[in-house]
Amino acid sequence: MNTNSNSYTIIYASVMVVIVAFLLAFVNSSLRDLQGKNVELDTKKQILSALGVTEVEDAEKAFAEYVESDMIVAKDGSLSKYEGKFVTAYEKEYKENDRAHVFVCNVKGEKKYVIPVFGAGLWGAIWGYVALDEDKNTIFGTYFSHASETPGLGAEIALPHFQSLFVGKHVMEGESVALSVVKNGKVANPEFEVDGISGGTITSNGVDAMLKNCMGQYTKFLTTK
Amino acid sequence: MGKLFSAKNKEVFSTPLNMNNPVTVQVLGICSALAVTSKLEPAIVMGLSVTIITAFSNVVISLLRKTIPNRIRIIVQLVVVAALVTIVSELLKAFAYDVSVQLSVYVGLIITNCILMGRLEAFAMANGPWESCLDGIGNGLGYAKILIIVAFFRELLGSGTLLGFNILNYQWLKDAGYVNNGMMLMPPMALIIVACLIWYQRAKHKELQEK
Repeated sequence: MNTNSNSYTIIYASVMVVIVAFLLAFVNSSLRDLQGKNVELDTKKQILSALGVTEVEDAEKAFAEYVESDMIVAKDGSLSKYEGKFVTAYEKEYKENDRAHVFVCNVKGEKKYVIPVFGAGLWGAIWGYVALDEDKNTIFGTYFSHASETPGLGAEIALPHFQSLFVGKHVMEGESVALSVVKNGKVANPEFEVDGISGGTITSNGVDAMLKNCMGQYTKFLTTK
Repeated sequence: MGKLFSAKNKEVFSTPLNMNNPVTVQVLGICSALAVTSKLEPAIVMGLSVTIITAFSNVVISLLRKTIPNRIRIIVQLVVVAALVTIVSELLKAFAYDVSVQLSVYVGLIITNCILMGRLEAFAMANGPWESCLDGIGNGLGYAKILIIVAFFRELLGSGTLLGFNILNYQWLKDAGYVNNGMMLMPPMALIIVACLIWYQRAKHKELQEK
């Protein structure tokens, strides 16, 4: 057969595209449920990680144990229970559905609040969870992750040595978020400021902006004692 | 079975590891060698994924090679590679979520890796599936080898760690005046290390030097 004729080439290309499209669509739809489940479990693990609960065998069980309720914060700072399906994309949830979540948790008898945060780093999205003590001001623990920051530089935000810098810092000063990430070695006010990553300035600034923007949405909730 | 591991097939498998290494001799895949070698772990993961994908896509293209219209062969190769990478990444997301999170950044880089296109075009279009499979594995491992060597030096000298474990970050070393070289974490240093490897290889094997 002449594999160089125009009609053969066109038919070959069309058949190939159709086969590949069907194959990919089939793989995607048959694996979607499993993938969704994994994303949900991973989100729960991340929230637990902000609470200092790591190395969990069964994230589902641990999540039920530590997290008492998934709440929505209203504009006036009051909480109401969220009844819908567990959310994994908090940016979309905030921007499209205008719902700001907070998780009310219980770690060894003490009440903690976990707030999801989201923003942009140098190359892509960054996100995280900030766990606060009962006073809604002192940081109990944090978790940050990223889609595509530079390994060894910006990607360090996902490591415990960076995340642990936040523990014990305070969030609010009066009506505004004072918690900041500053240039490495330039911490002037250790009550609110955390060292950034040297060489990862844009990612560090991204974390700073993310904390200010997202925690800012909770101002009413955080300042009502 | 004799034919499967004939002298020629062994050569197809082993030359890419050294004398015909995809990175240092064929100069393919340099771009991803810069991107993923600042730490050892992603370099290993990337090396293995490329090995698997080159082997599979080589086999698929080799099976199709007699039917592919010459004028759109690059497009056909690209579609096969992209489809394979997408399927692998979907499977990982469903069955090995942690690995897929690790790989997330690199999946796109695999598709654009020129080693894949280079081997499909240079080898799989003209050879049988078994030889192509060996060629794919050989080239993937040859690529992985260089990535791992480069990442070893960059992580050790740049961060003072290996696979995240502390090797050089001790106070007494700092007191003695040793500091981690932050420049090692920047992409240009990968090029310089690759260049040193090429230099070493060509000094050792005179036949690789151009006249």
